[in-house]
Amino acid sequence: MQLDLPLLSTVIWLPILGGLWVIFTGSGRRERSVRVDALVISIVVFALSLLLYRDFDLSTADMQFVELKPWIAAFKINYHLGIDGIALPLILLTTFTTILVIAAGWEVIDQRVNQYMGAFLILEGFMVGVFCALDALLFYVFWEAMLIPMFLIIGIWGGPRRVYATVKFFLYTFMGSVLMLVALLYLYTQAHSFAIPDLQAAQLTAVEQQWIFIAFLLAFAVKVPMWPVHTWLPDAHVEAPTGGSVVLAAIMLKMGGYGFLRFSLPITPDASAALDGFMIALSLIAVVYIGLVALAQQDMKKLIAYSSISHMGFVTLGLFAIFDIFAGTSDWQAATMSIEGAVAQMISHGFVSGALFLCVGVLYDRLHSRQINDYGGVANTMPKFAAFMLLFAMANTGLPGTSGFVGEFLIILSVFKASFWYAFTAATTLVIGAAYTLWMYKRVVFGEIRHAKVAALTDINAREAAILTSLAALVLLFGLWPAPLLDMMHASVQHLVEQVAQSKLSVAAHE
Amino acid sequence: MNDIALIIPEVTLLAVACATLLVDAFVGRQRPAATFWCAMIGGLVALGELASYVPETVRFAFAGTYRQDVLGAVLKGFILVLVLVSFFYAREYFRKRATPHGEHYSLALFATLGMMLLVSANSLITIYLGLELLSLSLYALVALQRDSVKSSEAAMKYFVLGALASGMLLYGMSILYGVTGTLDLSELLIKVSVSDDKRMLLVFGLVFLLVGIAFKLGVAPFHMWIPDVYEGAATPVTQFIGTAPKLAAFAMALRLLVDGLWGLAEEWHQMLIVLAVLSMGLGNVLAIAQTNLKRMLAYSTIAHMGFMLLGLLSATASGYAASLFYITVYALMSMGAFGVIILLSSRHSEADELADLTGLARRSPWFGFILLILMFSMAGVPPFAGFWAKWFVLKEVVQAHDVWLATVAVLFSLVGAYYYLRVIKIMYFDEPLQPAAIEGGQDIKLVLSVNGLAVLLLGLAPNALMSVCVGATLPYLPWQ
Repeated sequence: MQLDLPLLSTVIWLPILGGLWVIFTGSGRRERSVRVDALVISIVVFALSLLLYRDFDLSTADMQFVELKPWIAAFKINYHLGIDGIALPLILLTTFTTILVIAAGWEVIDQRVNQYMGAFLILEGFMVGVFCALDALLFYVFWEAMLIPMFLIIGIWGGPRRVYATVKFFLYTFMGSVLMLVALLYLYTQAHSFAIPDLQAAQLTAVEQQWIFIAFLLAFAVKVPMWPVHTWLPDAHVEAPTGGSVVLAAIMLKMGGYGFLRFSLPITPDASAALDGFMIALSLIAVVYIGLVALAQQDMKKLIAYSSISHMGFVTLGLFAIFDIFAGTSDWQAATMSIEGAVAQMISHGFVSGALFLCVGVLYDRLHSRQINDYGGVANTMPKFAAFMLLFAMANTGLPGTSGFVGEFLIILSVFKASFWYAFTAATTLVIGAAYTLWMYKRVVFGEIRHAKVAALTDINAREAAILTSLAALVLLFGLWPAPLLDMMHASVQHLVEQVAQSKLSVAAHE
Repeated sequence: MNDIALIIPEVTLLAVACATLLVDAFVGRQRPAATFWCAMIGGLVALGELASYVPETVRFAFAGTYRQDVLGAVLKGFILVLVLVSFFYAREYFRKRATPHGEHYSLALFATLGMMLLVSANSLITIYLGLELLSLSLYALVALQRDSVKSSEAAMKYFVLGALASGMLLYGMSILYGVTGTLDLSELLIKVSVSDDKRMLLVFGLVFLLVGIAFKLGVAPFHMWIPDVYEGAATPVTQFIGTAPKLAAFAMALRLLVDGLWGLAEEWHQMLIVLAVLSMGLGNVLAIAQTNLKRMLAYSTIAHMGFMLLGLLSATASGYAASLFYITVYALMSMGAFGVIILLSSRHSEADELADLTGLARRSPWFGFILLILMFSMAGVPPFAGFWAKWFVLKEVVQAHDVWLATVAVLFSLVGAYYYLRVIKIMYFDEPLQPAAIEGGQDIKLVLSVNGLAVLLLGLAPNALMSVCVGATLPYLPWQ
């Protein structure tokens, strides 16, 4: 069956319009019907995004489902959408996660329910838009617009220090973004177009590339977040409501990685090659140092937040090690594997960190504390929950058979070809990661029941079990059988690597 | 006769302003609505006349002192629309206070006439004439609330500083006249570009002209009157000052600097950079410290005008289009922001403190949302119109190879984002102190909603307004 519907536009605008509808019609209605509406909308959107997967052609790296309409004719800015094998898994992750987030806020959110649900739906539309946009300005509009609902979500439904956290979040991201805007405008003067393929084809000198790379780096590094611009993330995560933390960790962080893949690497390949040592150093610092920082945390959410930064360090390592891998092997095939590992790591981290934040949310809803010391012996009262959390904790440490393993393994394997020491340093995280995750798990779940409140805990209900089961299934599925995910992106990653391998500097300019 | 045909909208407006004064004097005491509708309908007639004749090429009238062109027609159209919309807000404000206010409309119409003259000026004398008509009406408007100490102080300050600036402007004009022997901008253009030997003297004159322009635009370091006048004047007067006259000041800058003194572009380019950077810096940083909303918006105006100047100094036709787009969008946002203050105010409270907005999103989700749109738009966050305004100007700056200037501008916008976010924080994150619902007429609620949604709509589909702005400044192409 072939639908004539512009599928990408539908997946973007249906949640946005649905969200507005929920906000403006929901204030007078019963809260339950508002929740049901939001859930139905998110499920329909997910179903539509599955149609994207069904009709996706795995054999080509070309953009698919392309929509092209003039938007601002005077400056050749187009409403230009399309996806490749890198964007598709991220879109599926987004639409799937939104269902979980809406389900997770079912009973917990009792204030301004319509606004909460609406904000997440609108956020979903913007996030999908980021992954679909093929026009740099359209990308930028979605990229920035996304901040608005997130700013409100943290600020309205967040914890005691929510205002500090959300303003910090907004200003950090805004700072990176506005510099990216200047870079895009500069690219426009060179390419006379805002179409991303045109920007990728633009010829740039080495100096231009380095400045543009740095501007992009600030935008994407804040989002990833890379050390040392990561400090907004622990604050935002701790103060955000559970749903906000899940979306932040599962999807928003991925936008930084996506930005590197879509902008930095193909538009400024020579600058990426020149500055790769710097990027690898930042990544390894994130992996090791932030891993150690995570070890010292007393707050579960903060611990998972730092663990996210550490895991995203793997992603940036996989992305920027490709030049050294090529130098070591003269084979771009290994570089392809490294990037595939990075994308697989992003998707897996989406599941795992989302799941861990949901687990903390489950505990927080019951005890209203995130401190590790307030728990202990949870396994005695919540055995089902303990089993789920064990699986996700193991996935977070990268246990074989879980999705966490695939990406980390591919990256470490490829990076070995670049330098033994890179791989060695990165691999220490398997130890550190296991240490902080399992230590936290031990302190929270195992042991004697030390507090009366823990003794009174009730195990997860059907709704929570359904959410965690779906995530557990995906974590295991992609851990045991990652082929569908890797096949999806293979052609696109290969194309990307070919683009990166092609220097933009002419021989004359180089000498 | 042909000359008169070109200025029919102005003549109509003059007649309407006088008629409004008479209606107010004889009927207005019993029926305040009569004055309002007289001004409104008269203004609409003038707008219709304006729309019915848009010249394709430049037409001169009255011995070259007056010019009618597409840019003039577009600017006058925008100015009239802004003025007429502001009348709705003014009516609401005075209705809440049950004070007679007929003079407001006629003074505002006289000011509008001044703006229209300024927009179409082609001689130094016409510029001065238009400017003084505008300024004197504005001084009177600010002083209209004669029982209020604050208003009187603001008016006094405005008048003294404004007179000083006018004097500077006049002095600059006299120097130009002394050097070139002409008042006509078209002749000035030719004489300035050929007289290399007297360049020093011309630049001396230019400096004084720029001081006058900077004062009227309210850019640093000639911004001192703005915060006091904005805070002291009655909110609809502040709203009036903060919207349409900005367009007129922009037109004055364009007429003087580009139409007249293009030969000195190299010099004024440098000066504008200083003014722009200072304004963005001072405006954005000082706005953070404000607790009064009107004062905060005053500093935000300074920052916005600085940003707008960036488009002018790129010295290309599309740069002027960018500035025109920016200032139009800014006027629209500023109209809405002051509109919210007017809506929230009551007989006993001006509602102009930031604290008055506390929990607005709870008291009125819809108008909280409208102010949210306006604040994010002013901060330059897409998908609102303010983003495209900033984008357009930045694009011109980058294309003029001033990447560092664009970087400075975006970093100051980042500073600016902070205080706009604070407004949203107060509205959305804080619990309301007074859970009272908002009282206000249906008409103002409608106007304010349309105003806010227009900012959103222009953000989603900026193409039409951008095309108008590009089309209006197209005649400037041949020189570049």
